[in-house]
Amino acid sequence: MRGSVAVRALPYLLFVFFAITPALAQFGAEGYILSLVMRVMIFAIAAMSLDLILGYGAMVSFGHAAFLGIGAYGVGILMSHAVTNVLAQLVAAVAASALFALVTGALCLRTKGVYFIMITLAFGQMAFFFFVSLGVYGGDDGLTLRATPTLFGTPVFENTRVLYYVIFAAMLGVYLLLRAIVASRFGRVLRGARENPVRMQAIGFDPYRFQLAAYVIAGAICGVGGFLLAHQTEFVSPAFMTWQRSGELIVMVVLGGMGSLHGAILGAAAFIILEEVLARITEDWKLIFGPFLVLVALFARGGLVGFLRRLGGRR
Amino acid sequence: MYATLILVQTLNGLQLGIILFLIAAGLTLVFGVMDFINLAHGVQYMLGAYFAYEFTTLTGSFTLGLLMALPAALLAGLVLEAFIFRHLYDRDHLEQVLATFGVILFLNQGVKVVWGASPLFVPVPDWLQGSIEILPGFFYPIYRLAIIAAGLGVAALLYFLVNHTRAGMLVRAGASNATMVAALGVDIRFLFMIVFGFGAMLAGFAGAMVAPILSVEPGMGDNLLILAFVVIVIGGIGSIRGAFIAALLIGLVDTLGRGFSTDLLRLVMDPSAASQTGRAIAPMLTYILMALVLVFRPSGLFPVKK
Repeated sequence: MRGSVAVRALPYLLFVFFAITPALAQFGAEGYILSLVMRVMIFAIAAMSLDLILGYGAMVSFGHAAFLGIGAYGVGILMSHAVTNVLAQLVAAVAASALFALVTGALCLRTKGVYFIMITLAFGQMAFFFFVSLGVYGGDDGLTLRATPTLFGTPVFENTRVLYYVIFAAMLGVYLLLRAIVASRFGRVLRGARENPVRMQAIGFDPYRFQLAAYVIAGAICGVGGFLLAHQTEFVSPAFMTWQRSGELIVMVVLGGMGSLHGAILGAAAFIILEEVLARITEDWKLIFGPFLVLVALFARGGLVGFLRRLGGRR
Repeated sequence: MYATLILVQTLNGLQLGIILFLIAAGLTLVFGVMDFINLAHGVQYMLGAYFAYEFTTLTGSFTLGLLMALPAALLAGLVLEAFIFRHLYDRDHLEQVLATFGVILFLNQGVKVVWGASPLFVPVPDWLQGSIEILPGFFYPIYRLAIIAAGLGVAALLYFLVNHTRAGMLVRAGASNATMVAALGVDIRFLFMIVFGFGAMLAGFAGAMVAPILSVEPGMGDNLLILAFVVIVIGGIGSIRGAFIAALLIGLVDTLGRGFSTDLLRLVMDPSAASQTGRAIAPMLTYILMALVLVFRPSGLFPVKK
């Protein structure tokens, strides 16, 4: 019984951990810890947005990092034109990634299964090569953000802790928003379309419209992640949107346990922190991390969340 | 002059297409027959190249090295199948992705540990060195022609095996309905193992063949894996014929696109805009092609009937 309580408390534990990290970090290498955990939270946002379409809608997007990149470039391009207002940048990042999601999603959703995986990859790669060829904004090398971000004329994000809590609030907000979406009628239709699209159609829902809406929501949220990533690294580059990045996002969601939202947070945290810790132990950390992923796939059905749930004795 | 350039690029495109076909053939069978997404197929190609390097340096002969690399690649594939992949056939696609992604990480780092991170070079065998005059005043490296010939030979062999042998019949049956094949009393596990091992060996063969013209390095299979997935999706999953046609198509489009898109755009744009757009369009072409095919034929060009 105690185990199952712990499982249900997992989302709360995760958020408490992220909330108190700055307080604990001051006893260690504060700058390093904060920047690591900020990266975890940003990728948690991206992974949760992927989980909405992948876990609840069975739409495996292999081009999801494109939204991260588009959001980041929304910041980078505006900054290079001296638009330092973060709200304007946020609107641009969200609008651009939502628009990209709408156009590509409308075409991608004509296909199913692995064909969907590959067509999303195709659009992701097109976005990647587009920014690589964009010589004005750094091309291959990317863009360093030199201007100071402001909000109505006052500089923001200069204090790392402020940025940290902005990212934390964004992650919490995204989690609550997605929870609400998943629990709503919209979310039920989405899950229904995952289980049996024909039946959904028979009872009067058009799965295509719901799936497209979910795809656009996921793209827009991932764009927020890109916005935050640009401000956290003060750098924007096509490397944010390689297919390897998209693959890593999928791995984070599956590793944590798909279709649970907090699993995506756990997966992002496990992926990034394990990568960081192992890389400090040995240069050949992939020799350990690779087999770890294999073992999770073989023995922990439902990812880490599924594993914890079974430890807690619930089926 | 320009005509020769087009001819050279066409042959280069064919050669890339042949290599892609060797990788895609195994991938499409494994996917079509076992419904298994094997991201580790690209590292099997890489292993083939490393085996070829190792055995060539060991024996001093590329031919012997190639002959020894084939069973080694087969063995590596069977070991992976027996210890990891076999347990994932009836799982969710995404768990297969997770596991095979882990295998990629491990093997890419593994070859770095064993052979070092710097690129290795395999000499072109003596008897295939030099160039041959195909047309008056037009020379092409013999080794690249040999790759094309070997690839076409393998394609013909595959065609025969799949269409005119009992094992091939079972493979085709498995691609359209594996459960039914098992129900009819065929040892499906053994069939899966054979298909998997054969696919791994084909990928290893591709890796060994390109070892003398490309540098052998960790991660060399990653981008080719993605292109091979593009090929099997355009061709229709499970279809060898589709994989063959799509592989040649992708090889030609990619090579010719990189070679000539700027020149073509220059006909309608001013030079600087053409070179900017050309650089952007060329690497996108294969993906644009795939997106177009999937928008109009959502199951590829040659879908296997289910």
